[in-house]
Amino acid sequence: MIYTDEVMKHFAEPQNVGELDDANAVGEVGNAKCGDIMKIFLRVEDNVIQDVRFKTFGCGAAIATSSVATQMIKGKTLEEALALSNKTVVQKLGGLPPAKLHCSVLAEQAVKAAVADYYTRQGIDPALFVNMNECDEHHCCGEGGNCG
Amino acid sequence: MSNNMAYFDNAATTKISDNVLAAMMPYLTENYGNPSSIYRLGTESWRAVAEARAKVATAINCQPNEIFFTGSGSEANNWAIKGCMENEPQSAVITSAFEHHAVLHVVKKRDNITYLPVYDDGFVRLADFTRALENNPDTALVTIMHANNEIGTIQPIAEIGTICRERGVLFHTDAVQSVGNVHIDVQAMNVDMLSLTGHKFHAMKGVGALYVRKAVQRRLGSFIRGGAQESGKRAGTENVAGIVGLGVAIEEAVSDMERKNAKLLELRQRILNEVAHIPKARLNGAIESRLPNNLNFSFEGIEGEALLLQLDMSGICASSGSACTSGSLDPSHVLLALGLPHEIAHGSLRLTMSKYTTDEEVDLLLTKLPIIVAKLRAMSPMWEG
Ligand SMILES: Cc1ncc(COP(=O)(O)O)c(C=O)c1O
Repeated sequence: MIYTDEVMKHFAEPQNVGELDDANAVGEVGNAKCGDIMKIFLRVEDNVIQDVRFKTFGCGAAIATSSVATQMIKGKTLEEALALSNKTVVQKLGGLPPAKLHCSVLAEQAVKAAVADYYTRQGIDPALFVNMNECDEHHCCGEGGNCG
Repeated sequence: MSNNMAYFDNAATTKISDNVLAAMMPYLTENYGNPSSIYRLGTESWRAVAEARAKVATAINCQPNEIFFTGSGSEANNWAIKGCMENEPQSAVITSAFEHHAVLHVVKKRDNITYLPVYDDGFVRLADFTRALENNPDTALVTIMHANNEIGTIQPIAEIGTICRERGVLFHTDAVQSVGNVHIDVQAMNVDMLSLTGHKFHAMKGVGALYVRKAVQRRLGSFIRGGAQESGKRAGTENVAGIVGLGVAIEEAVSDMERKNAKLLELRQRILNEVAHIPKARLNGAIESRLPNNLNFSFEGIEGEALLLQLDMSGICASSGSACTSGSLDPSHVLLALGLPHEIAHGSLRLTMSKYTTDEEVDLLLTKLPIIVAKLRAMSPMWEG
């Protein structure tokens, strides 16, 4: 199994690592049993993601997808962030090994979970805007979808 | 190793020793004869194979006609197990939960199979074994590994062997990780069959051997049918160069063992002392009765593949029981068998040394490892630093 240079670049120097003290939204997906958890912190102002950080427990691809996804949503509107798909994340990384594609799904879901949390905190039903397609146990640990 | 590289994955495979390569070279160049041929070029190869067989026999204390060369350790395991299951299709098999896949995936074809549990110290218990035997009076085969490939713990083979011998039950041990690393005496161990492979002790990949005690040879069928090689039990023109290398390597390993292991224990203690300063690091498996070249740690809050990639970026080669690195869905079945939770098993690091491991390599590891663990923990949502 070989990672692209772009994956290794993000793995070696991940962007937006850490927590945000003044975050007003947090999303967490994955589970430790499967070997990956992504947590994304957002500071949203006037519908725009002013700042973002992440914390990830997981393999090289999990860390690289977190890094690239946070880069891609920084400065974007919530609608733009919700439109981020795992395919764009994979493209941005120049591809992922098949067994690691799930990491890009996890990154997409982590962004959605964070935006959903923002809506909830604003008293808005996130279901109106966010389509979570939940990361169930099967998906995390299921065939071909393992991210370790 | 040189150039700021450090190799800590000798349980995966080892570097070929210079003497081994030198001994092999003639059989890869001018001495290319087939050992079955009648002319001198052939008989020279035949003699070389016979000599290697004698060296392997001496190293593990048996007769040359009890050594059968194979194409790998996996093949030796497959042969030992399939070979006796064929003859006893109905009877029970006893093994352990943390065998190598080259054992587990072979025995699982059996209906009646008992997996001895492994405790958190990394050992099976004799009490569990005798109970399993009592519950399965029709047991035909027991296969328990000598040293585990991930945590290096050495199982009570001689004791298990004694019980098997008393009851006339065939006993096989996968000694792939221990041969070349600790003293092996098939008589003292009371084993009927033992698997080994050259690439774990500085011979080449793709050559192994199965020891089969003379008295039980008739109970083990042929593995590959064809020519008369390996007493007709494993056909195929011999891998002469590989076999010659295996013979030299095992001889070297035995003659060098005490000096080498004293050095390895010293290096291992240095690593242990340093890792003791890393919070929430644990050693998997007991330190007693363990291969001198093996350490296996878990670092809470981080995942093994990320750890290996970071180490690799610092020039350090190691391995992990993380699912990510194995291409399977679950983390190491060995660590799970010890009772480790999944998330801890995902964060394991196996470090295995050899006679070539230097103080400088350990220096490099010990400078980088704490920094890397701290770095990965700083980005982990599971770590409350
Ligand atoms: C315990 C054990 N058994 C069997 C094998 C298989 O040996 P080989 O790679 O020669 O097939 C290995 C090593 O990979 C091992 O560690």
